[in-house]
Amino acid sequence: MSDVEQPAAHPPVTDWVHDFDHTDPQWTEDPFPIWDELRAASPVVHTKRFLGCYLPTTYEAVREIANDTEHFSSRRIIVRDVRPEITRNAAPPITSDPPEHKPAKQLLLPPFTPDAMKKLEPRVRAICNELIDGFISEGKVDAAARYSKYIPVRAIAHMLGIPESDSDLFINWIHMILELGIKDESKLLQAVQEMTAYFGGHIEARKNKPTGDLISYLMNARDKNGNPLEDTHVLGSLRLLLIAGIDTTWSAIGSSLWHLAKTPADRERLIAEPGLIPTAVEELLRAYSPVTMAREVVKETTVSGCPVKPGNMVLLSFPAANRDPKMFPDADKVVIDRRENRHAAFGLGIHRCVGSNLARMEMQVALEEWLKRIPDFRLDPAGTVTWSQGTVRGPRQLPFLLGKAM
Amino acid sequence: MAERLKVHVDPDKCQGHARCKALAPELFELDEYGNAHEAGDGTVPAGLEDKAWLAKSNCPEIAIDVTEE
Repeated sequence: MSDVEQPAAHPPVTDWVHDFDHTDPQWTEDPFPIWDELRAASPVVHTKRFLGCYLPTTYEAVREIANDTEHFSSRRIIVRDVRPEITRNAAPPITSDPPEHKPAKQLLLPPFTPDAMKKLEPRVRAICNELIDGFISEGKVDAAARYSKYIPVRAIAHMLGIPESDSDLFINWIHMILELGIKDESKLLQAVQEMTAYFGGHIEARKNKPTGDLISYLMNARDKNGNPLEDTHVLGSLRLLLIAGIDTTWSAIGSSLWHLAKTPADRERLIAEPGLIPTAVEELLRAYSPVTMAREVVKETTVSGCPVKPGNMVLLSFPAANRDPKMFPDADKVVIDRRENRHAAFGLGIHRCVGSNLARMEMQVALEEWLKRIPDFRLDPAGTVTWSQGTVRGPRQLPFLLGKAM
Repeated sequence: MAERLKVHVDPDKCQGHARCKALAPELFELDEYGNAHEAGDGTVPAGLEDKAWLAKSNCPEIAIDVTEE
Protein backbone atom coordinates (compact mmCIF):
# COMPACT_ATOMS: atom_id res chain seq x y z
CA MET A 1 0.00 0.00 0.00
CA SER A 2 2.10 2.88 -1.23
CA ASP A 3 -0.59 5.48 -1.72
CA VAL A 4 -1.42 6.65 1.81
CA GLU A 5 -3.44 9.55 0.42
CA GLN A 6 -6.01 7.21 -1.06
CA PRO A 7 -9.17 7.13 1.12
CA ALA A 8 -10.37 3.70 2.20
CA ALA A 9 -12.93 2.23 -0.17
CA HIS A 10 -16.08 0.97 1.54
CA PRO A 11 -17.10 -2.62 0.82
CA PRO A 12 -20.43 -2.83 -1.01
CA VAL A 13 -23.52 -3.20 1.20
CA THR A 14 -25.28 -6.58 1.14
CA ASP A 15 -27.32 -6.25 4.36
CA TRP A 16 -28.84 -2.76 4.55
CA VAL A 17 -30.62 -3.32 7.87
CA HIS A 18 -27.46 -4.17 9.83
CA ASP A 19 -24.75 -2.60 7.70
CA PHE A 20 -26.16 0.53 6.01
CA ASP A 21 -23.82 3.01 4.32
CA HIS A 22 -25.07 6.36 3.07
CA THR A 23 -22.04 6.67 0.80
CA ASP A 24 -22.82 3.44 -1.07
CA PRO A 25 -23.49 4.04 -4.77
CA GLN A 26 -26.89 2.37 -4.50
CA TRP A 27 -27.96 4.85 -1.75
CA THR A 28 -26.63 7.78 -3.76
CA GLU A 29 -28.51 6.69 -6.87
CA ASP A 30 -31.88 5.75 -5.37
CA PRO A 31 -32.17 5.85 -1.56
CA PHE A 32 -35.97 5.66 -1.35
CA PRO A 33 -36.45 1.85 -1.51
CA ILE A 34 -33.58 1.44 0.97
CA TRP A 35 -35.29 3.76 3.47
CA ASP A 36 -38.57 1.86 3.04
CA GLU A 37 -36.77 -1.43 3.74
CA LEU A 38 -35.05 -0.03 6.83
CA ARG A 39 -38.26 1.59 8.13
CA ALA A 40 -40.08 -1.73 7.80
CA ALA A 41 -37.31 -3.36 9.88
CA SER A 42 -37.07 -0.87 12.76
CA PRO A 43 -37.57 2.81 13.68
CA VAL A 44 -33.83 2.94 14.41
CA VAL A 45 -31.17 0.84 12.65
CA HIS A 46 -27.42 0.65 13.27
CA THR A 47 -24.27 0.13 11.25
CA LYS A 48 -20.74 -0.62 12.45
CA ARG A 49 -19.38 1.53 9.65
CA PHE A 50 -18.24 5.10 10.43
CA LEU A 51 -17.10 3.84 13.90
CA GLY A 52 -20.75 3.14 14.73
CA CYS A 53 -23.80 5.02 13.54
CA TYR A 54 -27.59 4.90 14.02
CA LEU A 55 -30.21 5.87 11.47
CA PRO A 56 -33.73 6.81 12.61
CA THR A 57 -36.06 5.77 9.81
CA THR A 58 -39.42 7.22 10.90
CA TYR A 59 -40.61 10.80 11.18
CA GLU A 60 -41.31 10.29 14.90
CA ALA A 61 -37.84 8.92 15.64
CA VAL A 62 -36.24 11.80 13.76
CA ARG A 63 -38.40 14.30 15.68
CA GLU A 64 -37.50 12.69 19.03
CA ILE A 65 -33.78 12.98 18.34
CA ALA A 66 -33.98 16.50 16.90
CA ASN A 67 -35.75 17.68 20.06
CA ASP A 68 -33.43 15.89 22.50
CA THR A 69 -30.30 17.99 22.91
CA GLU A 70 -29.52 16.31 26.24
CA HIS A 71 -28.65 12.92 24.72
CA PHE A 72 -27.73 14.05 21.20
CA SER A 73 -25.03 16.65 20.63
CA SER A 74 -24.42 18.78 17.54
CA ARG A 75 -20.68 19.03 18.23
CA ARG A 76 -20.24 16.64 15.29
CA ILE A 77 -22.68 17.06 12.43
CA ILE A 78 -21.18 15.04 9.60
CA VAL A 79 -20.92 11.26 9.71
CA ARG A 80 -17.44 10.35 8.49
CA ASP A 81 -14.91 7.52 8.63
CA VAL A 82 -12.97 9.32 11.35
CA ARG A 83 -13.77 11.32 14.50
CA PRO A 84 -11.26 14.13 14.57
CA GLU A 85 -10.83 16.33 17.66
CA ILE A 86 -13.70 18.71 18.26
CA THR A 87 -12.79 22.31 17.56
CA ARG A 88 -14.41 25.18 19.41
CA ASN A 89 -16.43 27.57 17.25
CA ALA A 90 -16.36 25.11 14.35
CA ALA A 91 -19.44 26.61 12.72
CA PRO A 92 -21.78 28.15 15.31
CA PRO A 93 -24.74 27.78 15.79
CA ILE A 94 -25.07 24.56 13.76
CA THR A 95 -22.29 22.91 15.79
CA SER A 96 -23.47 24.41 19.10
CA ASP A 97 -25.50 22.82 21.89
CA PRO A 98 -27.49 24.65 24.59
CA PRO A 99 -26.78 27.01 26.26
CA GLU A 100 -24.31 28.41 23.68
CA HIS A 101 -26.67 27.67 20.81
CA LYS A 102 -29.38 30.28 21.39
CA PRO A 103 -27.30 33.48 21.38
CA ALA A 104 -25.30 32.27 18.37
CA LYS A 105 -28.50 31.47 16.50
CA GLN A 106 -30.26 34.72 17.42
CA LEU A 107 -27.35 36.61 16.00
CA LEU A 108 -27.85 35.07 12.57
CA LEU A 109 -31.65 35.15 12.42
CA PRO A 110 -32.46 38.84 11.70
CA PRO A 111 -30.69 38.97 8.31
CA PHE A 112 -32.65 35.89 7.17
CA THR A 113 -36.28 36.78 7.99
CA PRO A 114 -38.91 36.60 5.21
CA ASP A 115 -38.92 40.42 5.04
CA ALA A 116 -35.13 40.50 4.59
CA MET A 117 -35.46 37.94 1.81
CA LYS A 118 -37.99 40.12 -0.02
CA LYS A 119 -35.25 42.75 -0.38
CA LEU A 120 -32.87 40.19 -1.86
CA GLU A 121 -35.45 38.73 -4.24
CA PRO A 122 -34.88 41.14 -7.18
CA ARG A 123 -31.16 40.28 -7.22
CA VAL A 124 -31.97 36.55 -7.24
CA ARG A 125 -34.46 37.05 -10.08
CA ALA A 126 -31.76 38.88 -12.05
CA ILE A 127 -29.19 36.13 -11.36
CA CYS A 128 -31.63 33.50 -12.69
CA ASN A 129 -32.22 35.47 -15.87
CA GLU A 130 -28.52 36.15 -16.42
CA LEU A 131 -27.89 32.41 -16.17
CA ILE A 132 -30.75 31.53 -18.54
CA ASP A 133 -29.47 34.13 -21.03
CA GLY A 134 -26.20 32.17 -21.09
CA PHE A 135 -27.67 28.93 -22.48
CA ILE A 136 -31.24 29.39 -23.72
CA SER A 137 -30.22 29.68 -27.37
CA GLU A 138 -28.21 26.44 -27.25
CA GLY A 139 -31.23 24.11 -27.20
CA LYS A 140 -29.70 21.95 -24.46
CA VAL A 141 -28.11 22.53 -21.09
CA ASP A 142 -26.72 20.84 -18.00
CA ALA A 143 -29.19 22.54 -15.67
CA ALA A 144 -27.20 21.57 -12.58
CA ALA A 145 -23.85 22.85 -13.82
CA ARG A 146 -25.16 26.03 -15.43
CA TYR A 147 -28.30 26.98 -13.50
CA SER A 148 -29.15 25.46 -10.10
CA LYS A 149 -25.51 25.47 -8.99
CA TYR A 150 -24.95 29.20 -9.40
CA ILE A 151 -28.16 30.68 -7.98
CA PRO A 152 -27.52 30.06 -4.26
CA VAL A 153 -23.78 30.71 -4.40
CA ARG A 154 -24.25 34.07 -6.05
CA ALA A 155 -27.09 35.02 -3.72
CA ILE A 156 -25.11 34.23 -0.58
CA ALA A 157 -22.01 35.96 -1.99
CA HIS A 158 -24.19 39.01 -2.60
CA MET A 159 -25.44 38.91 1.00
CA LEU A 160 -21.98 38.38 2.48
CA GLY A 161 -20.49 41.13 0.34
CA ILE A 162 -17.89 38.97 -1.41
CA PRO A 163 -17.46 38.81 -5.20
CA GLU A 164 -20.07 36.68 -6.99
CA SER A 165 -17.28 35.93 -9.47
CA ASP A 166 -15.50 33.84 -6.79
CA SER A 167 -18.37 31.32 -6.98
CA ASP A 168 -16.29 28.46 -8.39
CA LEU A 169 -13.82 28.81 -5.52
CA PHE A 170 -16.64 28.43 -2.97
CA ILE A 171 -18.19 25.50 -4.84
CA ASN A 172 -14.87 23.66 -4.78
CA TRP A 173 -14.50 24.14 -1.00
CA ILE A 174 -17.99 22.77 -0.42
CA HIS A 175 -17.19 19.71 -2.52
CA MET A 176 -14.00 19.12 -0.52
CA ILE A 177 -15.77 19.48 2.83
CA LEU A 178 -19.09 17.74 2.26
CA GLU A 179 -18.16 14.99 -0.20
CA LEU A 180 -14.42 14.27 -0.37
CA GLY A 181 -14.01 15.04 3.35
CA ILE A 182 -16.16 12.06 4.41
CA LYS A 183 -13.35 9.69 3.52
CA ASP A 184 -10.33 11.99 3.24
CA GLU A 185 -9.70 14.23 6.22
CA SER A 186 -6.88 16.10 4.48
CA LYS A 187 -9.23 17.51 1.83
CA LEU A 188 -11.52 18.87 4.51
CA LEU A 189 -8.67 20.50 6.42
CA GLN A 190 -7.28 22.05 3.28
CA ALA A 191 -10.65 23.56 2.37
CA VAL A 192 -11.18 24.92 5.89
CA GLN A 193 -7.72 26.51 5.87
CA GLU A 194 -8.32 28.13 2.51
CA MET A 195 -11.71 29.44 3.60
CA THR A 196 -10.26 30.82 6.80
CA ALA A 197 -7.55 32.68 4.89
CA TYR A 198 -10.08 33.98 2.36
CA PHE A 199 -12.51 35.31 4.96
CA GLY A 200 -9.64 36.55 7.12
CA GLY A 201 -8.72 38.88 4.29
CA HIS A 202 -12.26 40.16 3.92
CA ILE A 203 -12.52 40.74 7.68
CA GLU A 204 -9.23 42.69 7.72
CA ALA A 205 -10.40 44.85 4.81
CA ARG A 206 -13.60 45.74 6.69
CA LYS A 207 -11.74 46.71 9.87
CA ASN A 208 -10.59 49.84 8.06
CA LYS A 209 -13.58 50.26 5.80
CA PRO A 210 -16.87 48.89 7.18
CA THR A 211 -19.52 47.89 4.68
CA GLY A 212 -23.25 47.18 4.89
CA ASP A 213 -22.94 43.46 4.20
CA LEU A 214 -23.31 40.36 6.34
CA ILE A 215 -19.57 40.15 7.12
CA SER A 216 -19.65 43.64 8.63
CA TYR A 217 -22.90 42.77 10.41
CA LEU A 218 -21.18 39.85 12.17
CA MET A 219 -18.10 41.91 12.95
CA ASN A 220 -20.28 44.60 14.55
CA ALA A 221 -22.42 42.14 16.52
CA ARG A 222 -22.10 42.17 20.29
CA ASP A 223 -22.76 39.36 22.77
CA LYS A 224 -25.00 39.79 25.80
CA ASN A 225 -22.15 41.40 27.74
CA GLY A 226 -21.58 43.96 25.00
CA ASN A 227 -18.36 42.37 23.75
CA PRO A 228 -17.60 41.77 20.08
CA LEU A 229 -17.55 38.16 18.92
CA GLU A 230 -14.25 36.33 18.90
CA ASP A 231 -12.65 36.23 15.45
CA THR A 232 -12.99 32.44 15.46
CA HIS A 233 -16.75 32.78 16.01
CA VAL A 234 -17.12 35.24 13.11
CA LEU A 235 -15.05 32.96 10.88
CA GLY A 236 -16.98 29.87 11.95
CA SER A 237 -20.33 31.49 11.21
CA LEU A 238 -19.10 32.74 7.83
CA ARG A 239 -17.94 29.23 6.99
CA LEU A 240 -21.34 27.92 7.99
CA LEU A 241 -23.25 30.44 5.88
CA LEU A 242 -21.17 29.66 2.84
CA ILE A 243 -21.25 25.88 3.24
CA ALA A 244 -24.87 25.60 4.30
CA GLY A 245 -26.15 28.17 1.86
CA ILE A 246 -24.81 26.69 -1.33
CA ASP A 247 -25.11 23.06 -2.31
CA THR A 248 -28.23 22.57 -0.19
CA THR A 249 -30.38 24.91 -2.26
CA TRP A 250 -28.46 24.03 -5.42
CA SER A 251 -29.61 20.45 -4.78
CA ALA A 252 -33.19 21.45 -4.02
CA ILE A 253 -33.52 23.53 -7.19
CA GLY A 254 -31.88 20.78 -9.24
CA SER A 255 -34.14 18.04 -7.88
CA SER A 256 -37.20 20.22 -8.52
CA LEU A 257 -36.21 20.80 -12.15
CA TRP A 258 -35.38 17.10 -12.53
CA HIS A 259 -38.90 16.24 -11.31
CA LEU A 260 -40.52 18.80 -13.63
CA ALA A 261 -38.45 17.63 -16.62
CA LYS A 262 -39.88 14.13 -16.32
CA THR A 263 -43.39 15.12 -15.17
CA PRO A 264 -45.03 17.24 -17.89
CA ALA A 265 -48.41 17.28 -16.08
CA ASP A 266 -46.92 19.03 -13.02
CA ARG A 267 -44.96 21.41 -15.23
CA GLU A 268 -48.03 22.40 -17.22
CA ARG A 269 -50.05 22.90 -14.07
CA LEU A 270 -47.45 25.24 -12.55
CA ILE A 271 -47.28 27.24 -15.76
CA ALA A 272 -51.08 27.55 -15.80
CA GLU A 273 -51.26 28.26 -12.04
CA PRO A 274 -48.06 30.04 -10.97
CA GLY A 275 -49.75 30.81 -7.65
CA LEU A 276 -49.34 27.13 -6.83
CA ILE A 277 -45.53 27.31 -7.01
CA PRO A 278 -45.00 28.00 -3.27
CA THR A 279 -47.15 24.95 -2.40
CA ALA A 280 -45.26 22.88 -4.99
CA VAL A 281 -41.94 24.02 -3.55
CA GLU A 282 -42.96 22.61 -0.14
CA GLU A 283 -43.87 19.27 -1.71
CA LEU A 284 -40.65 19.12 -3.71
CA LEU A 285 -38.76 19.92 -0.51
CA ARG A 286 -40.55 17.04 1.20
CA ALA A 287 -40.10 14.49 -1.56
CA TYR A 288 -36.50 15.40 -2.45
CA SER A 289 -35.17 16.87 0.80
CA PRO A 290 -31.49 17.46 0.18
CA VAL A 291 -30.05 17.65 3.69
CA THR A 292 -29.19 14.86 6.12
CA MET A 293 -27.70 16.18 9.35
CA ALA A 294 -26.00 14.23 12.12
CA ARG A 295 -25.73 14.11 15.88
CA GLU A 296 -23.37 12.39 18.30
CA VAL A 297 -24.89 10.28 21.07
CA VAL A 298 -23.50 11.66 24.35
CA LYS A 299 -25.77 9.85 26.87
CA GLU A 300 -27.47 6.48 26.78
CA THR A 301 -31.20 6.63 26.02
CA THR A 302 -33.93 5.03 23.92
CA VAL A 303 -35.54 6.32 20.73
CA SER A 304 -38.92 4.89 19.71
CA GLY A 305 -38.15 2.03 22.08
CA CYS A 306 -34.71 1.31 20.59
CA PRO A 307 -31.62 1.54 22.84
CA VAL A 308 -29.06 4.12 21.73
CA LYS A 309 -25.52 4.16 23.13
CA PRO A 310 -22.90 6.90 23.48
CA GLY A 311 -19.91 6.85 21.17
CA ASN A 312 -22.08 6.34 18.12
CA MET A 313 -23.09 8.95 15.60
CA VAL A 314 -26.66 9.42 14.36
CA LEU A 315 -27.47 10.06 10.74
CA LEU A 316 -30.45 12.39 11.20
CA SER A 317 -32.20 11.75 7.94
CA PHE A 318 -34.82 14.40 7.39
CA PRO A 319 -35.20 13.06 3.84
CA ALA A 320 -36.14 9.58 5.15
CA ALA A 321 -38.53 11.10 7.72
CA ASN A 322 -40.26 12.97 4.93
CA ARG A 323 -40.97 9.69 3.13
CA ASP A 324 -42.62 8.06 6.15
CA PRO A 325 -46.10 6.91 5.04
CA LYS A 326 -47.38 7.09 8.63
CA MET A 327 -46.84 10.85 8.50
CA PHE A 328 -47.58 11.57 4.83
CA PRO A 329 -50.32 9.83 2.82
CA ASP A 330 -48.90 8.77 -0.56
CA ALA A 331 -45.45 9.56 0.82
CA ASP A 332 -43.73 8.09 -2.23
CA LYS A 333 -45.68 10.30 -4.66
CA VAL A 334 -45.12 13.95 -5.49
CA VAL A 335 -48.52 15.54 -4.85
CA ILE A 336 -47.84 19.01 -6.12
CA ASP A 337 -50.84 20.60 -4.40
CA ARG A 338 -50.46 18.75 -1.06
CA ARG A 339 -52.26 20.92 1.49
CA GLU A 340 -51.01 19.45 4.76
CA ASN A 341 -47.26 19.25 4.75
CA ARG A 342 -45.34 19.25 8.01
CA HIS A 343 -42.16 18.20 6.25
CA ALA A 344 -38.85 18.38 8.06
CA ALA A 345 -36.64 19.39 5.14
CA PHE A 346 -35.20 22.29 7.16
CA GLY A 347 -34.89 20.24 10.32
CA LEU A 348 -36.97 20.24 13.49
CA GLY A 349 -36.30 21.81 16.88
CA ILE A 350 -33.72 24.41 17.81
CA HIS A 351 -31.47 23.72 14.81
CA ARG A 352 -34.12 24.68 12.23
CA CYS A 353 -32.16 25.87 9.20
CA VAL A 354 -31.33 29.55 9.61
CA GLY A 355 -31.52 29.98 5.84
CA SER A 356 -34.91 28.34 5.27
CA ASN A 357 -36.55 31.59 4.18
CA LEU A 358 -33.66 32.24 1.79
CA ALA A 359 -33.85 28.74 0.34
CA ARG A 360 -37.61 28.95 -0.15
CA MET A 361 -37.34 32.29 -1.89
CA GLU A 362 -34.52 31.03 -4.14
CA MET A 363 -36.45 27.90 -5.08
CA GLN A 364 -39.63 29.82 -5.87
CA VAL A 365 -37.83 32.43 -7.94
CA ALA A 366 -35.65 29.83 -9.72
CA LEU A 367 -38.72 27.80 -10.74
CA GLU A 368 -40.79 30.86 -11.68
CA GLU A 369 -38.13 32.36 -13.92
CA TRP A 370 -37.23 29.01 -15.51
CA LEU A 371 -40.86 28.11 -16.29
CA LYS A 372 -41.55 31.59 -17.69
CA ARG A 373 -38.72 31.35 -20.16
CA ILE A 374 -38.40 27.58 -20.67
CA PRO A 375 -41.88 26.07 -20.43
CA ASP A 376 -40.86 22.94 -22.35
CA PHE A 377 -37.86 20.82 -21.40
CA ARG A 378 -37.04 17.16 -20.84
CA LEU A 379 -34.18 14.89 -19.81
CA ASP A 380 -31.66 14.41 -22.60
CA PRO A 381 -31.69 10.66 -23.34
CA ALA A 382 -28.09 10.94 -24.56
CA GLY A 383 -26.91 12.24 -21.16
CA THR A 384 -26.71 10.86 -17.62
CA VAL A 385 -28.12 12.37 -14.42
CA THR A 386 -25.66 12.02 -11.53
CA TRP A 387 -26.31 12.63 -7.81
CA SER A 388 -24.05 13.94 -5.07
CA GLN A 389 -22.93 11.59 -2.32
CA GLY A 390 -23.24 11.96 1.43
CA THR A 391 -24.68 14.77 3.50
CA VAL A 392 -26.48 16.69 0.77
CA ARG A 393 -28.30 14.92 -2.05
CA GLY A 394 -29.08 16.52 -5.37
CA PRO A 395 -28.33 16.25 -9.08
CA ARG A 396 -24.79 17.28 -10.01
CA GLN A 397 -25.27 16.61 -13.72
CA LEU A 398 -28.69 17.32 -15.20
CA PRO A 399 -28.69 17.19 -18.99
CA PHE A 400 -31.85 18.71 -20.49
CA LEU A 401 -33.13 19.29 -24.00
CA LEU A 402 -34.92 22.63 -24.20
CA GLY A 403 -38.03 23.31 -26.28
CA LYS A 404 -40.85 21.12 -27.47
CA ALA A 405 -40.04 17.53 -28.42
CA MET A 406 -40.09 17.00 -32.19
CA MET B 1 -74.11 30.29 13.83
CA ALA B 2 -70.52 29.17 13.30
CA GLU B 3 -68.13 29.07 16.24
CA ARG B 4 -65.53 31.79 16.36
CA LEU B 5 -61.95 30.55 16.15
CA LYS B 6 -58.83 31.70 17.95
CA VAL B 7 -55.23 30.89 17.02
CA HIS B 8 -52.30 30.76 19.41
CA VAL B 9 -48.59 30.11 18.82
CA ASP B 10 -46.68 28.40 21.63
CA PRO B 11 -43.51 30.51 21.78
CA ASP B 12 -41.55 27.66 23.37
CA LYS B 13 -42.31 25.37 20.44
CA CYS B 14 -42.06 27.85 17.54
CA GLN B 15 -38.71 27.62 15.74
CA GLY B 16 -39.39 30.21 13.08
CA HIS B 17 -40.23 28.02 10.08
CA ALA B 18 -42.66 30.85 9.20
CA ARG B 19 -45.10 28.55 7.44
CA CYS B 20 -48.03 30.15 9.27
CA LYS B 21 -47.03 33.62 8.09
CA ALA B 22 -46.76 32.38 4.49
CA LEU B 23 -50.14 30.59 4.56
CA ALA B 24 -52.17 32.94 6.77
CA PRO B 25 -50.45 36.33 6.80
CA GLU B 26 -53.56 37.98 8.29
CA LEU B 27 -53.45 35.77 11.38
CA PHE B 28 -49.76 35.70 12.32
CA GLU B 29 -46.86 38.09 12.80
CA LEU B 30 -43.12 37.49 12.98
CA ASP B 31 -40.66 39.12 15.39
CA GLU B 32 -37.18 40.37 14.51
CA TYR B 33 -35.85 36.79 14.66
CA GLY B 34 -38.57 35.46 12.39
CA ASN B 35 -40.42 33.66 15.19
CA ALA B 36 -44.20 33.75 15.01
CA HIS B 37 -46.98 34.94 17.27
CA GLU B 38 -50.69 35.40 16.65
CA ALA B 39 -51.87 38.79 15.35
CA GLY B 40 -53.73 40.72 18.04
CA ASP B 41 -55.53 38.43 20.48
CA GLY B 42 -55.61 35.62 17.92
CA THR B 43 -59.28 35.99 17.02
CA VAL B 44 -59.83 34.68 13.49
CA PRO B 45 -61.96 37.05 11.41
CA ALA B 46 -64.95 35.46 9.67
CA GLY B 47 -63.91 33.97 6.33
CA LEU B 48 -60.34 33.13 7.41
CA GLU B 49 -61.16 29.90 9.26
CA ASP B 50 -59.66 27.71 6.55
CA LYS B 51 -56.40 29.60 6.73
CA ALA B 52 -56.24 29.07 10.48
CA TRP B 53 -56.57 25.30 10.07
CA LEU B 54 -54.13 25.34 7.15
CA ALA B 55 -51.49 27.13 9.23
CA LYS B 56 -51.98 24.66 12.09
CA SER B 57 -51.67 21.63 9.83
CA ASN B 58 -48.46 22.90 8.20
CA CYS B 59 -46.53 23.84 11.34
CA PRO B 60 -43.62 21.40 11.58
CA GLU B 61 -43.23 22.05 15.31
CA ILE B 62 -46.93 21.54 16.15
CA ALA B 63 -46.77 24.95 17.82
CA ILE B 64 -50.15 26.30 16.70
CA ASP B 65 -53.41 25.76 18.57
CA VAL B 66 -56.76 26.55 17.02
CA THR B 67 -59.59 26.73 19.56
CA GLU B 68 -63.31 27.28 19.16
CA GLU B 69 -64.86 29.82 21.46
